[in-house]
Amino acid sequence: MNKVLDGILYNPTHEWAQIQGDVATFGITAFAASQLGTVVFVDLPALGAKVVQNKEFGAVESVKAASDLFAPLSGLVVAVNDDLVGDPEAINKDAFGAWMIKVKIAAPAELKNLLSPDQYRAVSK
Amino acid sequence: MDEVRKTCLYDKHVALGAKMEPFAGWLMPIEYTGIIAEHTAVRTKSGMFDVSHMGEIMVKGPDALRYIDYVTTNEIASKPDGKVVYGMMLYPNGTVVDDLLTYKVSATELFLVVNASNVAKDYAWLVEQTEGFDVVVKNLSDEYGEVAVQGPATEALLRTIMGIELSDLEAFTFKHVWWDGHDLLVSRTGYTGEDGFEIYADPVATNEVWDVLLASKEILPCGLGCRDTLRFEAALPLYGHEISDEITALEAGLGFFVKLDKPDFIGKGVLVEQKNGSLKRKVVGIELTEKAIPRAHYEVYSGETKIGYVTTGYLSISAGKPVAMALLDLAYTAMGTPIQVQIRNKRIPGFVRDKKFFKKSYKPKGDKANE
Repeated sequence: MNKVLDGILYNPTHEWAQIQGDVATFGITAFAASQLGTVVFVDLPALGAKVVQNKEFGAVESVKAASDLFAPLSGLVVAVNDDLVGDPEAINKDAFGAWMIKVKIAAPAELKNLLSPDQYRAVSK
Repeated sequence: MDEVRKTCLYDKHVALGAKMEPFAGWLMPIEYTGIIAEHTAVRTKSGMFDVSHMGEIMVKGPDALRYIDYVTTNEIASKPDGKVVYGMMLYPNGTVVDDLLTYKVSATELFLVVNASNVAKDYAWLVEQTEGFDVVVKNLSDEYGEVAVQGPATEALLRTIMGIELSDLEAFTFKHVWWDGHDLLVSRTGYTGEDGFEIYADPVATNEVWDVLLASKEILPCGLGCRDTLRFEAALPLYGHEISDEITALEAGLGFFVKLDKPDFIGKGVLVEQKNGSLKRKVVGIELTEKAIPRAHYEVYSGETKIGYVTTGYLSISAGKPVAMALLDLAYTAMGTPIQVQIRNKRIPGFVRDKKFFKKSYKPKGDKANE
């Protein structure tokens, strides 16, 4: 359940970012998904929206509560995983497979603020 | 804040792997297998809840009936022994001290069941109101555990599993059942909108009841998470949400449980004024027309005007729709009135509707005070 993938970066607020060239893909970690319980609703930004590092870009909601999503990096939204809206429980089944948005990275210098897999393992214990 | 308390069933919850969280000063199970599965078990078959955190208060004395009809909104004096009546205790300004069930043991003895979060406050309030009445008020909360067993199959399951016959109990009545050497107080009551029972007993007996029901594997252990989604769909109020010391009984839309024709009760004056036209806001149902979840405390708007706030809201498990109860200015409470709910940075459109959030299959029989 507390799986932490290597090869990607993490926010201390339990989002992950996979970097491919100048595009970053965001999602939430398996740890976050297990803490939330069954996800029943995902609120994601629109294509073309601007997201800012550590600022809210949407929310995941369980039956009981809404949790804000915080952007690991700043940039413009270039893709949105609309399938999640119809099947939010995919996040519980495979949190690292259930990507939320892709962002064109605006400030590569922000990468240094993210946690390595080992650092995140320590945070999510 | 005092340390978090544990009910007499705490170890059982931990052994079952329940997600435990503090609630009203108690460490309580929020969910075992998951809120949706537990919610569905109660709607379709049967689920059991540890509600031992609830408060039990005894009122005894020659003036018990006159006293209770003065400190609560409903009317108990004329009811037969064995009846359970839902009502509220109000402050003189009409806002709510707590809501409660009154069990009429006899003309001189009443058993009150109050919210866990309010036990100390309620007990102090009740004692304060005894002046001029020949009654004794005693807080028995530590002596009782309570298991609520709820759902359409419950009566039959309790017969086969525990060997107790409850078909003679009408809705909102209670009786004592002698079971396996224990005295159980069993009422046909609940907080889910389904048929079901609440079983009060000492901690030892409560553990035995829990164990035998669990061992049957027919009744699913259910946490406070689904207790809230179930009571919400049935539009049953929760203290601190639909009722509080800032919301009057009539603002909460609970006029049915307020007997304004009684000679006197605490809070009556203000409620009579509200009934006669001074009511300014009211709890109503709302439904959103876009998918989003309206949650407690979110603001409700009509255009640029803030008209109230959500008291409880969910993506209804039974109906699959985003619905809520909301306390709105009276001018906006007509059925169908368009409203918007502020959800994060968006205004999500919706409309005012009734509070029947799911199709009830349970029709209480024989109940006049609480229907």
